[in-house]
Amino acid sequence: MTQFAQVVISGILVGGIYALISMGLNLILGVVRIINFAHGEFLMIAMYISFLLYSTWGLDPYVSAPIVALALFVFGWLVHRVIIQPILDTSATVKIFATLGLSITLQNFALMMWNADYRTVQTAYQTTVIRMGEVAVSVPRLIAFLVAVLISLGLFLFLKYTLTGKAIRAVAMEKRAAALAGIPVKRIYLLAFGIGSGLVGLAGSLLMPIYYVFPTVGTLFVLTAFVVVVLGGMGSMFGAFLGGLLIGLVEALAGVWISPGLKEAVYFAIFILVLLFRPSGLFSLGKGSEEVGLK
Amino acid sequence: MLKVEKANLFYGDVQALWDVSLQIGEGEIVALLGANAAGKSTTINAISGLEKLSSGKILYRNEEIQGRDPHDIVELGIVQVPEGRKLFSFMSVEENLELGAYTKRARGDFKKNLEMVYTFFPILRERKKQLAASMSGGEQQMCAIARGLMGSPKLLMIDELSLGLAPIMVQRLFAVLKKIRDAGITILLVEQNVGYSLALSNTGFVLENGRVALAGSASELLGNPYLKRAYLGM
Repeated sequence: MTQFAQVVISGILVGGIYALISMGLNLILGVVRIINFAHGEFLMIAMYISFLLYSTWGLDPYVSAPIVALALFVFGWLVHRVIIQPILDTSATVKIFATLGLSITLQNFALMMWNADYRTVQTAYQTTVIRMGEVAVSVPRLIAFLVAVLISLGLFLFLKYTLTGKAIRAVAMEKRAAALAGIPVKRIYLLAFGIGSGLVGLAGSLLMPIYYVFPTVGTLFVLTAFVVVVLGGMGSMFGAFLGGLLIGLVEALAGVWISPGLKEAVYFAIFILVLLFRPSGLFSLGKGSEEVGLK
Repeated sequence: MLKVEKANLFYGDVQALWDVSLQIGEGEIVALLGANAAGKSTTINAISGLEKLSSGKILYRNEEIQGRDPHDIVELGIVQVPEGRKLFSFMSVEENLELGAYTKRARGDFKKNLEMVYTFFPILRERKKQLAASMSGGEQQMCAIARGLMGSPKLLMIDELSLGLAPIMVQRLFAVLKKIRDAGITILLVEQNVGYSLALSNTGFVLENGRVALAGSASELLGNPYLKRAYLGM
């Protein structure tokens, strides 16, 4: 029983980071209708920035998290302006190859700049745990989870109640009608891409104290994020959030009771089942609602 | 107020508009008529900045407006209510109206415009918390027109207002159009429903295969034997 509680808690805590990464991917997908195959590399870049701020100025990853998130916001904004905006009216193939190409470019850029070594940061709280009865909760994981929940909540409120947030949802639902209502669609795209990238930037900062960074670290996480997005429902922020927690949980349970080597196999099996039986996702409105966009 | 001069437009190799010219006078209701695929929506989409002309002019108060982004054209006061309503389905009526007033100019008139649309369409006030998708077709069309009005239009272009609605609802909506005109808003009515539209309009233009086939005052057009035969079945 204790072991079960331990595994469940660890899984859900890691799920918070998956949720942040997936919500970023899903926001971009829902609003701009682009699958950003370089999303994992955005995470990698964020982790390197976090690492460099630590190794150069000794900035703790939690302290530098807002800086990294902002840097990634600007980076995402620029990527959208320079690479995505000119190809928005082209075919899906062009869009896929543009972001896939960006992904490979960024990986090799990182390899050139920082070589293939695994890099970590050393913090005082790295191995600190809080004991709740017999269950041990890792402090950096708990912090990552709490920040992820807070930021998700902030994002929900922003999208639901602010005029800009509503405009983002409107563009996701009916792009042309949004333009005809006077909403500057191009600017909303830039903003959505920026926010989506900022979220993955924050995820990178939260990961740094519990993981290590290397040029292809993004591919590990982005695959998970794709599963989460499909699981939760394309374009659904809430779905991505719950989906993230769920995949964290499944991964942890499978890792302990099936085999650590098979945990991906387990959630990909879930992925296939969802595609077969509920292709629009667990938390979407139903068939075809991916075309409806953000909820 | 608005002039389109010799507009030509292509979708790939297919020419959709051929030297289309039309004028809309301040304070008028103008009908833009024609069958499906005659080029009506294409024309107003070009005015709204959603499509690009290959040649021709679009002058609003003697100023060329081509090349501007759609939201800048809304800011000028030219607002389109798109065909099929295109509401933000999973938002409330209130949110739809709020987004209709997204431009700077419209935000300043928010309260005044909201009062106006609730006066024109009292049902929307009752349903303001309801999701747009959950309303009847007629109510959705009201919401779409109301969203357009929230943009403080000087020229309101309504695409296929009557499409898919019961005749009684069409009559009610057309009655409201008169009130909107009386409030000082010029209306371009894009319609297949020739009889109703011309009864309400000052002037009309009939498009056929992307060309202006007939133009004139509403009464002239209603007396035109060709129009009677082809569109009114008389």
